[in-house]
Amino acid sequence: MTGPSSKASGSQTSRTYAAMSLVSFRDVSLGFGQRLILRHFSLDVEVGETLVLLGRSGSGKTTALKTVNAMLLPTTGAVLVEDRPTTAWDHIQLRRRIGYVIHDSGLFPHYTVAQNVALVPHLEKWPAADIEARVTSLLQKVGMPVGEFGARYPDELSYGQRQRVGVARALAADPPLLLFDEPFGSLDPVIRLELQRQFIALRQEMRKTSIFVTHDVREALFLGTRIAVLLNGSIEFVGPPREFLQASTPEACAFLSCLQPLEV
Amino acid sequence: MPNSLLHELVTLTTQHFFLVGVSMLFAAIVAIPLGIILSWRSGWRDVALGVVNVVQTIPSLALFGFLIPIPILGGIGAHTAIIALVLYALLPMLHNTVTGILNVDAGVRDSATALGMTTGERMWQVELPLAAPTILAGVRIATVTTIGTATIAAAIGAGGLGVFIFRGLAAVDSMLLLAGAIPAALMAIAADRGLEWVERALSRH
Repeated sequence: MTGPSSKASGSQTSRTYAAMSLVSFRDVSLGFGQRLILRHFSLDVEVGETLVLLGRSGSGKTTALKTVNAMLLPTTGAVLVEDRPTTAWDHIQLRRRIGYVIHDSGLFPHYTVAQNVALVPHLEKWPAADIEARVTSLLQKVGMPVGEFGARYPDELSYGQRQRVGVARALAADPPLLLFDEPFGSLDPVIRLELQRQFIALRQEMRKTSIFVTHDVREALFLGTRIAVLLNGSIEFVGPPREFLQASTPEACAFLSCLQPLEV
Repeated sequence: MPNSLLHELVTLTTQHFFLVGVSMLFAAIVAIPLGIILSWRSGWRDVALGVVNVVQTIPSLALFGFLIPIPILGGIGAHTAIIALVLYALLPMLHNTVTGILNVDAGVRDSATALGMTTGERMWQVELPLAAPTILAGVRIATVTTIGTATIAAAIGAGGLGVFIFRGLAAVDSMLLLAGAIPAALMAIAADRGLEWVERALSRH
């Protein structure tokens, strides 16, 4: 591994914030058959940060994300959430404490917008009045007032609107941690920027910890408080955006070169 | 039409309706849960669908014949016919249940799991509601074909509208043939339209 290894960069903060790691990847390897998707992946995610996993397709970033909510389990090593390995968690309990947003929103097509947002509170058997209040306030926050959109079905919304609802649904049960898997990937640039701004506004307001998967270097710089560059299932570079801009590792440079204007 | 024939028509139509209804009920009770299980187990899926596929290829008159000598299950009468009709109805119902569940969008399924639904919650609240129109389409196909196949059940003494058809064949009486065939066709059309309506109601979110 070239450049600052994840362990080295983690150790700068580990003494001070050891107890603050919300998620901790400990030497995680994960393979399907003979193919290793993650190789000795180690990383700590601190409370309150937005950690961006930046990588090409097939670099293992989505796989890494899915180990956090036990959608996938490590072949070797461990993923700790709140200091407990995902294998020791009740998976249902763990997942209800983690919001999840994917690129095509994954909204239930047979549920209205309001029912989609109410999903986890409903599963957690919140009182009906609390669910209603929560749905109303969240839909307001993402700019989709319940009066206008609550009774609509996902197929009656634009793509960007569906992503907003997806974000509201992930936030519904007030989870301390949110996972984003290229949520804004297929949006047109104008709507994407709008949603990215909203993401930042929501982050300031709600103070959540997020892990955000993307292959878009601009998005990584805009949203990340720390950026981890993945290459072949390992971390090649990890650091805050300012350090990332100075990074000299090959894959980080490959991504940074995307920021250069095209030579015509 | 003489009064006695009309009376018999009502009796045979009722019998026919009963034969088809009971068969569809049993077939659904077997095929839908089995289809759900097969949607989880890719290994069993091909074997089970292969078996029901083979059953489908047995000519119906022959299948009725095969069942007659089997003790308890077989013999002469409505119950043997119902077993055969259930066997025929399995393929479309099983096939559509499996397809309906497997065709639920992967993102939707993933989200359901990732947001902390248990397997049961996901099945009842997501997969089955979304698969329902496809499953019902299978029930519809099975019902319409069974209404036709059930006319052959008269050959093993199960009654139904086939009685008129067999009698008409024996007597070379086309009026008797029609007395069996027309009500059966009307029943098939009614079942098709009715179930199509339910199917549409289910797919409207």
